[in-house]
Amino acid sequence: MEQLRTIGRELAMGSQGGWGQSKEFLDLVKSIGEVRSKAEEDRIIARELEHLKRRLADPDVPRRKMKELLLRLVYAEMLGHDASFGHIHAVKMTHDESLPLKRTGYLAVALFLDERHDLVILVVNTIQKDLRSDNYLVVCAALTAACRLIGEEAIPAVLPQVVELLAHPKEAVRKKAVMALHRFYQRSPSSVSHLVSNFRKRLCDNDPGVMGATLCPLYDLILEEPNSYKDLVVSFVNILKQVVERRLPTSYDYHQIPAPFIQIKLLKILAVLGSGDKQASGHMYTVLGDIFRKGDTASNIGNAILYECICCISSIFPNPKMLEAAAETTSKFLKSDSHNLKYMGIDALGRLIKINPDIAEEHQLAVIDCLEDPDDTLKRKTFELLYKMTKSTNVEVIVDRMIEYMINITDHHYKTEIASRCVELAEQFAPSNQWFIQTMNKVFEHAGDLVNIRVAHNLMRLIAEGFGEEDEGADSQLRSSAVDSYLRIVGEPKLPSSFLQIICWVLGEYGTADGKYSASYIIGKLCDVAEAHLTDDTVKAYAISAILKIFAFEIALGRKIDLLPECQTLVDELSASHSTDLQQRAYELQALLGLDKNAVESVMPADASCEDIEVDRNLSFLNSYVQQALENGASPYIPESERSGVISVGSYRSQEQQETSAHTLRFEAYEMPKPSLPLATSQTSMSTPTTDLVPVTEPGYYKEDHQTSKSQPPGDAVSGEFGVKLCLDGVQKKWGRPTYSSSTPSSLASSQQTTNGASHSDGGGSSSQPRESSYGSKRQQGTEVSAEKQRLAASLFGSAAAKADRKAQASRKTAKDSPSTEKVATTNVTAQPVKEQVIPAAPPPDLLDLGDEPVSSNPPSADPFSQLEGLLGPASAAPVLSGTPATSTSKAPDLMSIFSDDVPTGVASGSTDPTLGDVNSTSSHKGATAVASKKGPSLQDALQKDATARQVGVTPTGNNPNLFKDILG
Amino acid sequence: MINFVLLISRQGKVRLTKWYSPYTQKERTKIIRELSGLILTRGPKLCNFVEWRGYKVIYRRYASLYFCMCIDADDNELEVLEIIHHFVEILDRYFGSVCELDLIFNFHKAYYILDEILIAGELQESSKKNVARLIAAQACNPHIWLTYLFVFA
Repeated sequence: MEQLRTIGRELAMGSQGGWGQSKEFLDLVKSIGEVRSKAEEDRIIARELEHLKRRLADPDVPRRKMKELLLRLVYAEMLGHDASFGHIHAVKMTHDESLPLKRTGYLAVALFLDERHDLVILVVNTIQKDLRSDNYLVVCAALTAACRLIGEEAIPAVLPQVVELLAHPKEAVRKKAVMALHRFYQRSPSSVSHLVSNFRKRLCDNDPGVMGATLCPLYDLILEEPNSYKDLVVSFVNILKQVVERRLPTSYDYHQIPAPFIQIKLLKILAVLGSGDKQASGHMYTVLGDIFRKGDTASNIGNAILYECICCISSIFPNPKMLEAAAETTSKFLKSDSHNLKYMGIDALGRLIKINPDIAEEHQLAVIDCLEDPDDTLKRKTFELLYKMTKSTNVEVIVDRMIEYMINITDHHYKTEIASRCVELAEQFAPSNQWFIQTMNKVFEHAGDLVNIRVAHNLMRLIAEGFGEEDEGADSQLRSSAVDSYLRIVGEPKLPSSFLQIICWVLGEYGTADGKYSASYIIGKLCDVAEAHLTDDTVKAYAISAILKIFAFEIALGRKIDLLPECQTLVDELSASHSTDLQQRAYELQALLGLDKNAVESVMPADASCEDIEVDRNLSFLNSYVQQALENGASPYIPESERSGVISVGSYRSQEQQETSAHTLRFEAYEMPKPSLPLATSQTSMSTPTTDLVPVTEPGYYKEDHQTSKSQPPGDAVSGEFGVKLCLDGVQKKWGRPTYSSSTPSSLASSQQTTNGASHSDGGGSSSQPRESSYGSKRQQGTEVSAEKQRLAASLFGSAAAKADRKAQASRKTAKDSPSTEKVATTNVTAQPVKEQVIPAAPPPDLLDLGDEPVSSNPPSADPFSQLEGLLGPASAAPVLSGTPATSTSKAPDLMSIFSDDVPTGVASGSTDPTLGDVNSTSSHKGATAVASKKGPSLQDALQKDATARQVGVTPTGNNPNLFKDILG
Repeated sequence: MINFVLLISRQGKVRLTKWYSPYTQKERTKIIRELSGLILTRGPKLCNFVEWRGYKVIYRRYASLYFCMCIDADDNELEVLEIIHHFVEILDRYFGSVCELDLIFNFHKAYYILDEILIAGELQESSKKNVARLIAAQACNPHIWLTYLFVFA
């Protein structure tokens, strides 16, 4: 049947000359359709382009034919060939009187050019004229083209007319005018900022289409400055209400849902306006509740609205009822069989856990399913979720997973991203230094060239400075473990350059520090590195410097050291190197070998990398030299600002900058030249910018003068372009903004290696067939879920369960000396999960109450500053907390826990910092609580939690074992 | 915001491209090559979304044609999926059960329709009726419809 239809169409097109196209064009399309290889296609298009070039240059071609030639040109360019020779013809066609030809011209111009193109200047004039046309279709075409082609410089030329069109009788024109203004705002916010009142007016337009379009610019404006639009909250809510209640014409319905696209835009706006604003959010709850109630989870578009609703709720001031509804919808998404909905569910979950981290627990298995899904998109989204919910308890599992995934992907862009996320998480939450070093090693080993070099420097500094504490032993232990691991790795082939740099630096600095390895062993290794990377000068430089340091340390210790033969070869080779830097380093090494102990000690002091270098910005060490020069008759230095009479380069440049910022293209006619007097003034003012004689009266003339003198072509080009035919292709840009430099990384060559080559149509995203093992059935057979998955779930989500344990380890700083506690903690966690997934963690009513809790009774945990105040002493800590002094004072110093803490539960009271907690609580409570806060979960804490829990209305039942774990344990 | 719209056939042939953000011709070719490698190989039951260079590409397959739209990271994927469908429904109404051949031979009409739906990368009109009315006002060749009637009778 499908084939028959195709044949029918082909017949029709063959016999009747097709759908308004000529035989030539149809032949071209057909032959392109039949080609077997890319090379063949290129040949055909090249021939076609030759042909078009000839025809377009022919002055006798009828205009109707011209239209078709232009379309063929568009076709060729669509296939990726350069048709720039024809662009000027498209521009010419926009001047045509006939509407179809003009539209074709605009279409082609909009496809060929963008706002940075030189030819746009020729279209601006036409657009200006067409915006004034009586035919609204012409105006529409011009507005569409304006959206695409009017760049920052040309906005003033068309702006007044576009603003006038906002009051056009035809709604299509008003709508496009609004969209054009939106585009102008994106290009240059300042040019449209005075028009905000117009947007507000258009919001009340009779036509829903215009109103809907106005939401686009308003959204951008509100995003920029939410506070000036708070008065519109009620209007937006009213509009949304009317839409939901189906007051709009039914033509805006889409799949039986009233104006869904407008709903979504409104929800986006409300999310911004309600963020952190209790009063504004208060207006929204009712309508959001309505949307949830009426929500249609069967259709894609219904889910799109629900998703946007969840986004809105997670952004505005939290309301327990709303959060409950959002969580419910999220779980529906996650339980769905459609991958799309799962993806949205994961995203929604990521938003909700910011408000209430406990929501994640309920969905742990669904999340893990997504993590192990063959679909890469879903997997990446899940990694994003895990990234958001990382805490010190689950960081190891998450980062290990991330690295494992990172190793296997080829997409550079994503690899970079995930590598930097690993680094960030490791830096923030690392439980122990060994783990940190190992993790960083893995990241550098597999993605070393992709991560920021700053990260490498951070790592070196970290190893050098330790963790900023007085415990030298731990620091040196860290260094020797780093040296150990580097000596193991260094022999491996294909290590990234930045990783090798770290290795060399650390080996040079600390390789011999603990006396485990002999100097010659380390030097041998370093020589190997330098030899294995002949082309990388930076690595070689690091290696030779490291060797130099080791020699220096050895000599300083008074040991005798021989230059190994391979080292000698290396030094010889480097002293003959083309790189002067390498030469210098090699000669320095040779010179150092000849020095005695004392000299070496002062040249290369041990552990000098930690010393701060003070930069003498005033160059005071040169004072005597300057003094001497002055005595010898040199003229003194006069700062630029004090110079007068001389044209100073700096001020001239700043003036020039001013000029260019004021200099935009002018579309009105040039003024008549003025007598030469003002010119003289302007010139003097140019040389002495401090005088007040800037010619305010003739700014236009002054500007022009400057402009033409700076760049000759514009004046000529503008005036002459219509008279003489300019061949502008290939001509370098002389004015306007510099040519576009690619904003996207150009080194991407990723191809997804999915084995599934064949694929078949899926009509509606939501109607995919149920998967065999749906989430529901999985839950029922909870016991059958593989043990491995449960373990994973435990290590990822168990954190909330093992809050008590977390306190023991808290941050990297405090946990450094307790790897054993670490292990205990993790095993505790692994013991938890099975129970957890059978019994839902928190019954719904609790969620309600708990959601309310943090706001009302536990503000300190939300405010890091008030916590910091706790450090100052009891006086400042007192007002922050009403009845719970012990908990929050002890919590105050631990800044890390703010990020990892479960704020909304309220019962998750402070993690105690063993070192600082002491000081605080002794001072405030005369040592009564000091004992309690010393180590991990304390009796005091537990009682406190119990009290809070009772306040909130949660009773310690079997339903909620995790919350009260610390009481029981 | 939608950065570009791309229609590619299952064989990787480009049927329509509309760029709302500035890209050079070279970048365009590269993007098309990269995305067709990414999208055409995906299985039928996977997500209709692909994360790509910090953007998201939403695609939907109709018969042998893939409709792709590239959006910013904070846009609503499901909404864009429906914008694609909205576009297809309007094409369908205009061409009368649209097929790939219609888009091949009348790609400029598809462009006109797209211009009425999206402007500067944003959805400008969500009412099918309004779009159809405008397109009808602009179309000056009613004979096309007769041809269709003839073919499908």
